[in-house]
Amino acid sequence: MIAVENVGVTLGGESIVEGVSFDVPRGSLVGLVGPNGAGKTTIVNAINGLLAPDEGRVEIDGDPMPRLSAREVSRRVATVPQDSSMSFEFPVRDVVAMGRTPHRSRFERESAADREAVAEALRRTQVAEFADRSIDEVSGGERQRVILARALCQRSPCLLLDEPTASLDIGHGVRILRLVRDLVSEGKAALAAIHDLDLAARFCDELVLLAEGEVLAADTPREVLTEAHLEAAFDVEVAVTPHPITGAMSVTALSDRPTRERSVHVLGGGQAGAAAIVACRKAGFETTAGPLPEDDVALARARAFGIEVTTAKPFAPITPAVRREVARLVRDADVTVLASDREPYYELATRSERTVVLGEGSDATATEATTASATSENEAGTDPTRAEGGAVLDSRAEDGEVEAEERKSDARRRVWVANGDDLVAGIERVLDERDEGEN
Amino acid sequence: MERGARTVLWCTGLSLALVTSVLASATIGPVRIPVEVVAKVVLDAVSVPTLDLVGGSGKPTAAAVPITQVGIGVEFVSPFDLSAPETSRVIVTQLRLPRIVLAAIVGFSLAAAGTVMQGFFRNPMADPSIIGVSSGAAAGAVAFIVFPLTVPFGLQGMAFGGALAAAFLVYLLATEGGRTPVATLLLAGIAIQTFLGAMISFMLLQAGWQLQEAVYWLMGHLHSSSWDEVVATLPVALLAFCMLAAYARDLNVLLLGEEDAHSLGIEVERTKRVLLGVASVITAGAVAVAGVIGFVGLIVPHVMRLLVGPDHRILLPTSALAGAVFLVVTDTVARTGPAELPVGIVTAALGAPFFIYLLRRREVHAL
Repeated sequence: MIAVENVGVTLGGESIVEGVSFDVPRGSLVGLVGPNGAGKTTIVNAINGLLAPDEGRVEIDGDPMPRLSAREVSRRVATVPQDSSMSFEFPVRDVVAMGRTPHRSRFERESAADREAVAEALRRTQVAEFADRSIDEVSGGERQRVILARALCQRSPCLLLDEPTASLDIGHGVRILRLVRDLVSEGKAALAAIHDLDLAARFCDELVLLAEGEVLAADTPREVLTEAHLEAAFDVEVAVTPHPITGAMSVTALSDRPTRERSVHVLGGGQAGAAAIVACRKAGFETTAGPLPEDDVALARARAFGIEVTTAKPFAPITPAVRREVARLVRDADVTVLASDREPYYELATRSERTVVLGEGSDATATEATTASATSENEAGTDPTRAEGGAVLDSRAEDGEVEAEERKSDARRRVWVANGDDLVAGIERVLDERDEGEN
Repeated sequence: MERGARTVLWCTGLSLALVTSVLASATIGPVRIPVEVVAKVVLDAVSVPTLDLVGGSGKPTAAAVPITQVGIGVEFVSPFDLSAPETSRVIVTQLRLPRIVLAAIVGFSLAAAGTVMQGFFRNPMADPSIIGVSSGAAAGAVAFIVFPLTVPFGLQGMAFGGALAAAFLVYLLATEGGRTPVATLLLAGIAIQTFLGAMISFMLLQAGWQLQEAVYWLMGHLHSSSWDEVVATLPVALLAFCMLAAYARDLNVLLLGEEDAHSLGIEVERTKRVLLGVASVITAGAVAVAGVIGFVGLIVPHVMRLLVGPDHRILLPTSALAGAVFLVVTDTVARTGPAELPVGIVTAALGAPFFIYLLRRREVHAL
């Protein structure tokens, strides 16, 4: 019904949306989600003809928009705007009846069809009970229903809703969306800009995620509402879990995410590295990562968070330049998390004063493996995984000065082994010990 | 009650009030003329165009007097002959009625335009002069009085032309890329009004002995009104009113806000142009013959909105009729005092306290 093709809108020389494409088929409710200022309202206005797109086109039921007059558009598309400013004393019934405007010529009187449409709209939105009150006397939730009733009166095949649930309590929000779902199941096509992601996930067939004027993802709610997508779009830590009752995806913004002064460097990629990056970020540590191969899952995570990361070529030895870069990150970090059992990572980990090793299959929550006096060179030397450490030693020789410096601190190195679930506890533990040592 | 029935009831009532006030006003003056004499004079003056079946012999009634022959077979026939005294007839038909009828037309026009402007601007302070119409008319009129100009239709022509030119200038200033934001229009109107105000002050300084005439015009007046002015103004007022009435429903929808109106199928910019244009013309017509009469276009719509509600389908005709009644009454007060006052002084002096009373009772607070 509604086809948006490569739409771009520029207002006052500033690009608001760019290259936006999606379809709203008959009988489906598509949610437009994204942060404030992402261009949701702009898209809605481009579809109802309030804005003419500078690029691309919008088609309603196969008709390209610019050819339609306001009246023709309003017979095809009904809009429930974000907020209707109504400070005058029209009776609710009259406001609803204004929805018949597209169907009446200037001199035509109210017809039986008009009256019937108004009565049905009043009934379906449960506005009938206060139809004779003045619009400026009804509550916000009632007013939103009045506006929806007005849109229903238009009897249009397409319905646009701009933040229909904003400023409504949960009961009214759910009621409005359930009514929209009913209308959709009768064959209407509906597009709703919604900022409540849980409601969007629960009621929409598909979601279009906008960020900074571009479509970041467009698919079913399950595919669109991923942590990586949302964190990239909203620039805030989120947790996405299935809701225990509705089963729809539920998004929690961890807006009060703890910001800790401490920094962590994650050594190692793959699933373990990715999990470690997420855990550290969620816990509020300043996080860096690397070296990570260019096709690694951990790299995708790191990029979604926008953290500093050193990349390396997959299946190739670590180059001296990468090694130096990572060594710098490790030295700068308060704690290094070793999430790999590969040789070069072990070696890099020795440059950190405090290391947490992700141990596999350990039942212990946070086992003290090695402490101050009993660390490092000797132990590492006896480690079977370091049997073929020649290459490592070679590369070390390149920055001998740094090595010397590192050796000095060896006496104070602390290493913990923690399993994935207790990584943060492990990090805190090593940090505590260091603080004690300092005191 | 159904809206249609309410509209008819209110309009009928106000029309009766208008007829009553016109007749009552015609009895008042230096010479008191009893109301039954006024009624006789008016009925005598009534002439009905009829199809002349016989050919100029005045068949329908014995006393029929053919006044004008328009085309073939149409004849104006006066159905009554109640033989009112000749002096009363002259006073009523030649002196009082033209002025009273003109007052009704001016009040009607200003109140109709005021209603439209308040709805259009969604601003309770809007009145017909808000887009510079009155200032333009005043500038034109003062220029005509002060400088020796020769223009078609004289003073009224200059005032009418000045009014429309000012409104058009304001519209052009506020329009960019085919859109005319209401707030910009308001500000452009104020800027032009201020500028024209300066021009008028300057011209008044140069006026010399014409100063009194110019100031009198500026205060709004209806003295020395003639049937010619009625004939010139009435068609403008009626035609413009009919167009505004045709847009009453669009005006209601515009009250929802321009974006909502657009999504309900209103061609917003075109509708705004029509409303602005027609409201400017109807105001210009009134101001050209009566000068700047303040407050009618501001308070009458407010009072009627309190009484009949915000729906323009009933508000517009009732406001227009109430405006007519209001100006007939105030002009009667203006001309019966010890010294005749410009009616603009009376409307403001009576209107402002009444408006303040409504304001304090919190009955007027918004549209």
